[in-house]
Amino acid sequence: MIEKKPAIAGNSFSGELQKTANELLQSGEVELFIGYEEGTRFPRPCFIASTDEVGKLIFDDRCTGNLAVYLTRKDLIGDKKVGITASYFALRSILRLLTEHQIQLDKLVVLTVSAEKEVIRFATTDDITAYLQTAPIPVREDDKALIEKLNAMSREERWEFWSAELSKCFKCYACRAACPMCYCTKCIVEENRPQWIQPWASTLANIEWHINRAMHMTGRCADCGACGAACPLGLPIHLLSHQIVQEVTDNFALDVNQAVSGDNALSTFKPEDKENFIK
Amino acid sequence: MSEFEPKIVAFVCNWCTYAGADLTGTSRIKYASNVKIVRFPCTGRIDFMLLLKAFAEGADGIIVSGCHPNDCHYTSGNFHARRRWVIFRGLLNFMGIDVNRIQFSWVSAAEGAKWADVVNGTVTTIRELGPYTEYRKAADYLVQQDKSIIDGQEALIKSVSSL
Repeated sequence: MIEKKPAIAGNSFSGELQKTANELLQSGEVELFIGYEEGTRFPRPCFIASTDEVGKLIFDDRCTGNLAVYLTRKDLIGDKKVGITASYFALRSILRLLTEHQIQLDKLVVLTVSAEKEVIRFATTDDITAYLQTAPIPVREDDKALIEKLNAMSREERWEFWSAELSKCFKCYACRAACPMCYCTKCIVEENRPQWIQPWASTLANIEWHINRAMHMTGRCADCGACGAACPLGLPIHLLSHQIVQEVTDNFALDVNQAVSGDNALSTFKPEDKENFIK
Repeated sequence: MSEFEPKIVAFVCNWCTYAGADLTGTSRIKYASNVKIVRFPCTGRIDFMLLLKAFAEGADGIIVSGCHPNDCHYTSGNFHARRRWVIFRGLLNFMGIDVNRIQFSWVSAAEGAKWADVVNGTVTTIRELGPYTEYRKAADYLVQQDKSIIDGQEALIKSVSSL
Protein backbone atom coordinates (compact mmCIF):
# COMPACT_ATOMS: atom_id res chain seq x y z
CA MET A 1 0.00 0.00 0.00
CA ILE A 2 1.43 3.37 -0.88
CA GLU A 3 0.92 6.50 1.04
CA LYS A 4 -0.70 9.05 -1.24
CA LYS A 5 0.51 12.56 -0.68
CA PRO A 6 -2.16 15.24 -0.95
CA ALA A 7 -2.61 16.33 -4.55
CA ILE A 8 -1.30 19.79 -5.31
CA ALA A 9 -3.96 22.36 -6.08
CA GLY A 10 -4.83 22.37 -9.78
CA ASN A 11 -3.10 19.05 -10.31
CA SER A 12 -5.93 16.64 -10.08
CA PHE A 13 -4.43 14.65 -12.94
CA SER A 14 -1.23 13.90 -11.04
CA GLY A 15 -3.21 11.13 -9.37
CA GLU A 16 -3.70 9.22 -12.58
CA LEU A 17 -0.04 9.66 -13.49
CA GLN A 18 1.02 8.41 -10.08
CA LYS A 19 -1.26 5.40 -10.47
CA THR A 20 0.25 4.57 -13.87
CA ALA A 21 3.80 4.98 -12.58
CA ASN A 22 2.98 2.80 -9.60
CA GLU A 23 1.64 0.03 -11.83
CA LEU A 24 4.68 0.21 -14.10
CA LEU A 25 7.12 -0.01 -11.21
CA GLN A 26 5.17 -2.72 -9.40
CA SER A 27 4.89 -4.97 -12.44
CA GLY A 28 8.59 -4.48 -13.11
CA GLU A 29 7.86 -3.12 -16.54
CA VAL A 30 10.09 -0.20 -15.67
CA GLU A 31 12.88 -0.11 -13.11
CA LEU A 32 13.32 3.64 -13.11
CA PHE A 33 10.76 6.34 -13.63
CA ILE A 34 11.86 9.82 -14.73
CA GLY A 35 9.36 12.56 -13.97
CA TYR A 36 8.85 15.87 -12.25
CA GLU A 37 8.38 16.67 -8.58
CA GLU A 38 7.59 19.95 -6.89
CA GLY A 39 10.75 22.05 -6.50
CA THR A 40 11.48 25.22 -4.54
CA ARG A 41 10.31 27.55 -7.28
CA PHE A 42 9.70 25.32 -10.28
CA PRO A 43 9.07 21.63 -10.74
CA ARG A 44 12.33 19.71 -10.93
CA PRO A 45 13.29 16.33 -12.34
CA CYS A 46 12.96 13.33 -10.07
CA PHE A 47 14.10 9.76 -10.48
CA ILE A 48 11.90 7.16 -8.92
CA ALA A 49 13.05 3.59 -8.43
CA SER A 50 10.54 2.37 -5.86
CA THR A 51 6.78 2.57 -5.54
CA ASP A 52 7.14 4.37 -2.17
CA GLU A 53 8.10 7.52 -3.97
CA VAL A 54 5.50 7.78 -6.74
CA GLY A 55 3.45 10.17 -4.60
CA LYS A 56 5.96 12.89 -5.52
CA LEU A 57 5.14 12.80 -9.21
CA ILE A 58 3.48 15.79 -10.80
CA PHE A 59 2.97 16.94 -14.35
CA ASP A 60 1.53 20.27 -15.41
CA ASP A 61 2.13 23.25 -17.69
CA ARG A 62 5.14 24.34 -15.66
CA CYS A 63 6.96 21.09 -16.46
CA THR A 64 8.65 22.40 -19.58
CA GLY A 65 12.19 21.10 -19.01
CA ASN A 66 13.34 18.41 -21.40
CA LEU A 67 13.68 15.15 -19.48
CA ALA A 68 14.84 13.31 -22.61
CA VAL A 69 18.35 14.54 -21.75
CA TYR A 70 18.59 11.80 -19.09
CA LEU A 71 17.81 8.98 -21.53
CA THR A 72 21.33 8.94 -22.97
CA ARG A 73 23.01 9.09 -19.57
CA LYS A 74 24.56 5.65 -19.28
CA ASP A 75 25.62 6.26 -15.66
CA LEU A 76 22.00 6.88 -14.74
CA ILE A 77 20.15 4.46 -16.97
CA GLY A 78 22.58 1.60 -17.58
CA ASP A 79 20.56 -1.33 -18.91
CA LYS A 80 17.46 -0.41 -16.98
CA LYS A 81 14.00 -0.21 -18.44
CA VAL A 82 12.88 3.35 -18.05
CA GLY A 83 9.59 5.19 -17.87
CA ILE A 84 9.43 8.90 -18.61
CA THR A 85 6.86 11.67 -18.52
CA ALA A 86 7.67 13.67 -21.60
CA SER A 87 6.63 17.23 -22.31
CA TYR A 88 5.72 18.19 -25.87
CA PHE A 89 9.32 19.08 -26.72
CA ALA A 90 10.76 16.05 -24.94
CA LEU A 91 8.63 13.89 -27.24
CA ARG A 92 10.34 15.50 -30.23
CA SER A 93 13.73 14.83 -28.68
CA ILE A 94 12.77 11.21 -28.03
CA LEU A 95 11.84 10.81 -31.70
CA ARG A 96 15.19 12.26 -32.71
CA LEU A 97 17.14 10.08 -30.28
CA LEU A 98 15.34 7.04 -31.71
CA THR A 99 16.21 8.14 -35.26
CA GLU A 100 19.83 8.47 -34.21
CA HIS A 101 19.76 5.03 -32.52
CA GLN A 102 20.70 6.44 -29.15
CA ILE A 103 17.78 4.88 -27.28
CA GLN A 104 15.61 1.80 -27.80
CA LEU A 105 11.85 1.96 -27.68
CA ASP A 106 11.54 -1.56 -26.25
CA LYS A 107 13.33 -0.44 -23.10
CA LEU A 108 11.32 2.72 -22.78
CA VAL A 109 7.82 3.60 -21.63
CA VAL A 110 6.90 7.04 -22.90
CA LEU A 111 4.06 8.82 -21.15
CA THR A 112 2.64 12.28 -21.45
CA VAL A 113 -0.31 14.13 -20.01
CA SER A 114 -2.51 15.66 -22.68
CA ALA A 115 -4.24 19.02 -22.52
CA GLU A 116 -7.40 17.09 -21.57
CA LYS A 117 -5.41 15.87 -18.57
CA GLU A 118 -5.32 12.28 -19.74
CA VAL A 119 -2.26 10.11 -19.28
CA ILE A 120 -1.22 8.87 -22.70
CA ARG A 121 1.13 5.97 -23.24
CA PHE A 122 2.85 5.77 -26.61
CA ALA A 123 3.45 2.37 -28.13
CA THR A 124 5.10 3.35 -31.42
CA THR A 125 6.93 6.28 -32.94
CA ASP A 126 3.95 6.81 -35.24
CA ASP A 127 1.78 7.40 -32.15
CA ILE A 128 4.24 10.05 -30.96
CA THR A 129 4.31 11.72 -34.37
CA ALA A 130 0.52 11.70 -34.54
CA TYR A 131 0.28 13.24 -31.07
CA LEU A 132 2.83 15.94 -31.92
CA GLN A 133 0.84 16.90 -34.99
CA THR A 134 -2.44 17.30 -33.14
CA ALA A 135 -1.41 18.59 -29.70
CA PRO A 136 -1.01 22.36 -29.34
CA ILE A 137 2.61 23.55 -29.46
CA PRO A 138 3.51 25.36 -26.23
CA VAL A 139 4.29 28.99 -27.05
CA ARG A 140 6.94 31.11 -25.37
CA GLU A 141 5.74 34.69 -25.57
CA ASP A 142 8.98 36.34 -24.36
CA ASP A 143 10.93 34.61 -27.10
CA LYS A 144 8.48 35.66 -29.76
CA ALA A 145 8.81 39.29 -28.69
CA LEU A 146 12.61 39.14 -28.63
CA ILE A 147 12.79 37.51 -32.06
CA GLU A 148 10.57 40.22 -33.50
CA LYS A 149 12.77 42.85 -31.91
CA LEU A 150 15.92 41.23 -33.34
CA ASN A 151 14.45 40.85 -36.81
CA ALA A 152 13.51 44.52 -36.84
CA MET A 153 17.11 45.51 -36.04
CA SER A 154 19.77 46.36 -38.60
CA ARG A 155 22.64 43.91 -39.03
CA GLU A 156 24.98 46.16 -37.04
CA GLU A 157 22.51 46.33 -34.15
CA ARG A 158 22.12 42.56 -34.16
CA TRP A 159 25.90 42.17 -34.02
CA GLU A 160 26.03 44.62 -31.10
CA PHE A 161 23.30 42.66 -29.36
CA TRP A 162 24.83 39.23 -29.82
CA SER A 163 28.44 40.19 -29.19
CA ALA A 164 27.39 41.97 -26.00
CA GLU A 165 25.23 39.05 -24.84
CA LEU A 166 27.73 36.35 -25.72
CA SER A 167 30.67 38.24 -24.22
CA LYS A 168 29.07 37.50 -20.83
CA CYS A 169 29.16 33.74 -21.39
CA PHE A 170 31.75 32.07 -19.16
CA LYS A 171 31.50 28.67 -20.81
CA CYS A 172 30.03 26.63 -18.02
CA TYR A 173 28.47 24.45 -20.76
CA ALA A 174 25.17 24.19 -18.89
CA CYS A 175 23.54 24.65 -22.31
CA ARG A 176 25.32 21.54 -23.50
CA ALA A 177 24.46 19.54 -20.40
CA ALA A 178 20.77 20.46 -20.68
CA CYS A 179 20.48 19.45 -24.33
CA PRO A 180 19.27 15.92 -25.15
CA MET A 181 21.08 16.13 -28.48
CA CYS A 182 24.48 16.94 -26.95
CA TYR A 183 25.30 13.34 -26.11
CA CYS A 184 28.70 13.14 -27.85
CA THR A 185 31.33 11.66 -25.60
CA LYS A 186 33.89 14.01 -27.10
CA CYS A 187 32.76 17.52 -27.88
CA ILE A 188 34.45 19.95 -30.24
CA VAL A 189 35.41 22.16 -27.29
CA GLU A 190 37.34 19.31 -25.71
CA GLU A 191 39.13 18.67 -28.97
CA ASN A 192 42.57 20.27 -29.11
CA ARG A 193 44.07 18.85 -32.28
CA PRO A 194 43.19 21.19 -33.87
CA GLN A 195 42.00 23.59 -31.22
CA TRP A 196 39.00 24.90 -33.11
CA ILE A 197 37.69 27.03 -30.29
CA GLN A 198 39.95 28.68 -27.75
CA PRO A 199 39.12 27.36 -24.29
CA TRP A 200 38.94 30.72 -22.54
CA ALA A 201 35.77 32.76 -22.38
CA SER A 202 36.55 35.63 -24.75
CA THR A 203 33.87 37.15 -26.94
CA LEU A 204 35.07 35.47 -30.12
CA ALA A 205 35.58 32.07 -28.52
CA ASN A 206 32.09 32.32 -27.02
CA ILE A 207 30.56 33.30 -30.36
CA GLU A 208 32.35 30.42 -32.05
CA TRP A 209 31.13 27.99 -29.42
CA HIS A 210 27.53 29.09 -29.76
CA ILE A 211 27.68 29.01 -33.56
CA ASN A 212 29.04 25.48 -33.36
CA ARG A 213 26.43 24.41 -30.86
CA ALA A 214 23.64 25.76 -33.04
CA MET A 215 25.07 24.35 -36.28
CA HIS A 216 25.45 20.90 -34.73
CA MET A 217 21.73 21.02 -33.90
CA THR A 218 20.66 21.48 -37.51
CA GLY A 219 17.63 19.30 -38.17
CA ARG A 220 17.98 17.74 -34.72
CA CYS A 221 16.87 20.51 -32.41
CA ALA A 222 13.44 20.04 -30.81
CA ASP A 223 13.27 23.80 -30.18
CA CYS A 224 12.56 23.10 -26.50
CA GLY A 225 14.59 26.06 -25.23
CA ALA A 226 16.26 23.96 -22.53
CA CYS A 227 19.69 25.43 -23.39
CA GLY A 228 18.48 28.97 -22.76
CA ALA A 229 16.60 27.95 -19.63
CA ALA A 230 19.74 26.26 -18.28
CA CYS A 231 21.95 29.31 -18.83
CA PRO A 232 22.87 30.75 -15.43
CA LEU A 233 23.22 34.18 -17.02
CA GLY A 234 19.90 33.95 -18.82
CA LEU A 235 21.47 34.55 -22.24
CA PRO A 236 18.91 33.92 -25.00
CA ILE A 237 21.11 31.28 -26.66
CA HIS A 238 18.11 29.07 -27.46
CA LEU A 239 17.16 31.65 -30.09
CA LEU A 240 20.19 30.57 -32.12
CA SER A 241 19.02 26.99 -32.37
CA HIS A 242 15.50 28.30 -32.89
CA GLN A 243 16.80 30.25 -35.87
CA ILE A 244 18.30 27.05 -37.26
CA VAL A 245 14.94 25.30 -36.88
CA GLN A 246 13.41 28.19 -38.80
CA GLU A 247 16.02 27.95 -41.56
CA VAL A 248 15.46 24.22 -41.96
CA THR A 249 11.71 24.75 -42.15
CA ASP A 250 11.94 27.59 -44.64
CA ASN A 251 14.62 26.21 -46.92
CA PHE A 252 14.18 22.46 -46.93
CA ALA A 253 10.41 22.34 -46.53
CA LEU A 254 10.76 20.17 -43.43
CA ASP A 255 8.79 21.20 -40.38
CA VAL A 256 10.46 20.50 -37.07
CA ASN A 257 8.36 17.40 -36.34
CA GLN A 258 9.27 15.96 -39.74
CA ALA A 259 12.90 16.93 -39.29
CA VAL A 260 13.27 15.18 -35.95
CA SER A 261 11.57 11.99 -37.07
CA GLY A 262 12.91 11.73 -40.59
CA ASP A 263 16.01 12.24 -42.64
CA ASN A 264 18.89 14.33 -41.44
CA ALA A 265 18.76 17.87 -42.74
CA LEU A 266 22.46 18.14 -43.51
CA SER A 267 23.50 14.65 -44.55
CA THR A 268 20.80 14.45 -47.18
CA PHE A 269 20.03 16.83 -50.02
CA LYS A 270 17.77 17.42 -52.96
CA PRO A 271 19.28 18.47 -56.28
CA GLU A 272 16.49 21.04 -56.54
CA ASP A 273 17.30 22.69 -53.18
CA LYS A 274 16.77 26.40 -53.56
CA GLU A 275 19.30 29.11 -52.86
CA ASN A 276 19.65 32.64 -54.13
CA PHE A 277 23.12 33.65 -53.00
CA ILE A 278 25.47 31.50 -55.09
CA LYS A 279 26.97 33.28 -58.08
CA MET B 1 46.58 58.23 -48.70
CA SER B 2 46.75 54.67 -49.88
CA GLU B 3 43.52 52.94 -50.73
CA PHE B 4 42.29 50.09 -48.54
CA GLU B 5 43.40 46.77 -50.01
CA PRO B 6 41.04 44.02 -48.87
CA LYS B 7 42.42 40.66 -47.81
CA ILE B 8 40.33 37.91 -49.37
CA VAL B 9 40.62 34.22 -48.64
CA ALA B 10 39.18 31.85 -51.23
CA PHE B 11 38.25 28.31 -50.20
CA VAL B 12 37.99 26.36 -53.43
CA CYS B 13 37.57 22.76 -54.49
CA ASN B 14 40.42 20.97 -56.21
CA TRP B 15 38.45 19.66 -59.19
CA CYS B 16 36.59 22.66 -60.54
CA THR B 17 37.37 26.09 -59.14
CA TYR B 18 41.06 25.45 -58.51
CA ALA B 19 41.44 24.18 -62.07
CA GLY B 20 39.32 27.13 -63.23
CA ALA B 21 41.62 29.56 -61.43
CA ASP B 22 44.55 27.81 -63.11
CA LEU B 23 42.90 28.41 -66.45
CA THR B 24 42.48 32.10 -65.61
CA GLY B 25 46.24 32.25 -65.22
CA THR B 26 47.14 30.23 -68.32
CA SER B 27 44.66 32.33 -70.31
CA ARG B 28 46.60 35.43 -69.18
CA ILE B 29 43.48 37.04 -67.75
CA LYS B 30 44.41 39.74 -65.25
CA TYR B 31 42.53 39.87 -61.96
CA ALA B 32 42.86 41.38 -58.49
CA SER B 33 45.80 40.04 -56.51
CA ASN B 34 44.01 40.39 -53.14
CA VAL B 35 42.94 36.79 -53.06
CA LYS B 36 44.70 33.94 -51.30
CA ILE B 37 43.53 30.59 -52.52
CA VAL B 38 43.20 27.60 -50.21
CA ARG B 39 42.66 24.32 -52.03
CA PHE B 40 40.32 21.65 -50.70
CA PRO B 41 39.44 18.21 -52.05
CA CYS B 42 35.77 19.22 -52.27
CA THR B 43 33.38 21.97 -51.17
CA GLY B 44 31.86 19.35 -48.88
CA ARG B 45 35.15 19.43 -46.97
CA ILE B 46 34.97 23.17 -46.26
CA ASP B 47 34.09 23.34 -42.58
CA PHE B 48 32.20 26.46 -41.54
CA MET B 49 34.77 26.98 -38.78
CA LEU B 50 37.40 27.66 -41.45
CA LEU B 51 35.41 30.68 -42.59
CA LEU B 52 35.13 31.99 -39.04
CA LYS B 53 38.86 31.44 -38.50
CA ALA B 54 39.64 33.38 -41.67
CA PHE B 55 37.63 36.36 -40.40
CA ALA B 56 39.26 36.15 -36.98
CA GLU B 57 42.74 36.02 -38.49
CA GLY B 58 42.28 39.13 -40.59
CA ALA B 59 40.31 38.32 -43.73
CA ASP B 60 37.99 41.11 -44.86
CA GLY B 61 36.15 38.90 -47.33
CA ILE B 62 35.81 35.24 -48.19
CA ILE B 63 35.09 33.37 -51.40
CA VAL B 64 33.79 29.81 -51.26
CA SER B 65 33.67 28.15 -54.62
CA GLY B 66 33.35 24.70 -56.14
CA CYS B 67 31.81 22.59 -58.88
CA HIS B 68 28.41 23.36 -60.32
CA PRO B 69 25.54 21.17 -59.06
CA ASN B 70 25.68 17.72 -60.67
CA ASP B 71 29.38 18.20 -61.51
CA CYS B 72 30.91 17.17 -58.19
CA HIS B 73 33.88 14.82 -58.50
CA TYR B 74 32.46 12.94 -55.51
CA THR B 75 28.89 13.05 -56.89
CA SER B 76 27.22 14.98 -54.07
CA GLY B 77 29.77 16.94 -52.03
CA ASN B 78 28.59 20.27 -53.38
CA PHE B 79 24.92 19.45 -52.72
CA HIS B 80 25.75 18.74 -49.09
CA ALA B 81 27.86 21.87 -48.91
CA ARG B 82 25.04 23.96 -50.36
CA ARG B 83 22.66 22.84 -47.60
CA ARG B 84 25.24 23.67 -44.96
CA TRP B 85 25.80 27.13 -46.45
CA VAL B 86 22.08 27.87 -46.53
CA ILE B 87 21.81 27.17 -42.80
CA PHE B 88 25.13 28.77 -41.87
CA ARG B 89 24.38 31.94 -43.79
CA GLY B 90 20.97 32.27 -42.13
CA LEU B 91 22.52 31.85 -38.69
CA LEU B 92 25.32 34.35 -39.33
CA ASN B 93 22.84 36.92 -40.58
CA PHE B 94 20.69 36.40 -37.49
CA MET B 95 23.76 37.01 -35.32
CA GLY B 96 24.67 40.14 -37.23
CA ILE B 97 27.78 38.77 -38.89
CA ASP B 98 28.13 40.37 -42.32
CA VAL B 99 27.15 37.70 -44.85
CA ASN B 100 27.81 40.13 -47.71
CA ARG B 101 31.48 39.49 -47.05
CA ILE B 102 31.14 35.85 -48.04
CA GLN B 103 30.75 35.18 -51.74
CA PHE B 104 29.61 31.71 -52.67
CA SER B 105 29.99 30.65 -56.28
CA TRP B 106 30.15 27.75 -58.70
CA VAL B 107 33.14 28.00 -61.03
CA SER B 108 33.93 25.05 -63.30
CA ALA B 109 37.34 24.09 -64.65
CA ALA B 110 36.39 25.70 -67.96
CA GLU B 111 35.32 29.04 -66.48
CA GLY B 112 38.60 30.90 -66.19
CA ALA B 113 36.94 34.19 -67.07
CA LYS B 114 34.17 33.66 -64.51
CA TRP B 115 36.79 33.16 -61.77
CA ALA B 116 38.35 36.50 -62.62
CA ASP B 117 34.85 38.06 -62.47
CA VAL B 118 34.07 36.50 -59.10
CA VAL B 119 37.35 37.70 -57.59
CA ASN B 120 37.10 41.20 -59.06
CA GLY B 121 33.46 41.49 -58.00
CA THR B 122 34.25 40.40 -54.45
CA VAL B 123 37.20 42.75 -54.17
CA THR B 124 35.00 45.66 -55.30
CA THR B 125 32.27 44.76 -52.79
CA ILE B 126 34.72 44.39 -49.92
CA ARG B 127 36.52 47.59 -50.86
CA GLU B 128 33.19 49.39 -50.46
CA LEU B 129 32.42 47.62 -47.18
CA GLY B 130 35.84 48.44 -45.73
CA PRO B 131 37.96 46.37 -43.35
CA TYR B 132 36.10 43.92 -41.13
CA THR B 133 37.40 45.35 -37.86
CA GLU B 134 34.10 44.70 -36.08
CA TYR B 135 34.69 40.95 -36.04
CA ARG B 136 38.41 41.19 -35.31
CA LYS B 137 37.65 43.33 -32.29
CA ALA B 138 35.75 40.41 -30.82
CA ALA B 139 38.76 38.26 -31.65
CA ASP B 140 41.19 40.37 -29.68
CA TYR B 141 41.23 38.81 -26.26
CA LEU B 142 43.73 41.08 -24.52
CA VAL B 143 42.18 44.33 -25.69
CA GLN B 144 38.93 43.25 -24.11
CA GLN B 145 40.45 42.56 -20.76
CA ASP B 146 40.15 45.22 -18.17
CA LYS B 147 43.38 47.15 -18.30
CA SER B 148 43.42 47.23 -14.50
CA ILE B 149 43.90 43.46 -14.42
CA ILE B 150 47.04 43.77 -16.53
CA ASP B 151 48.24 46.76 -14.48
CA GLY B 152 47.56 44.82 -11.31
CA GLN B 153 49.64 41.92 -12.55
CA GLU B 154 52.50 44.24 -13.45
CA ALA B 155 52.40 45.81 -9.99
CA LEU B 156 52.44 42.34 -8.47
CA ILE B 157 55.45 41.29 -10.56
CA LYS B 158 57.24 44.49 -9.55
CA SER B 159 56.57 43.98 -5.85
CA VAL B 160 57.70 40.36 -6.04
CA SER B 161 60.90 41.20 -7.91
CA SER B 162 61.74 43.99 -5.45
CA LEU B 163 61.67 41.57 -2.52
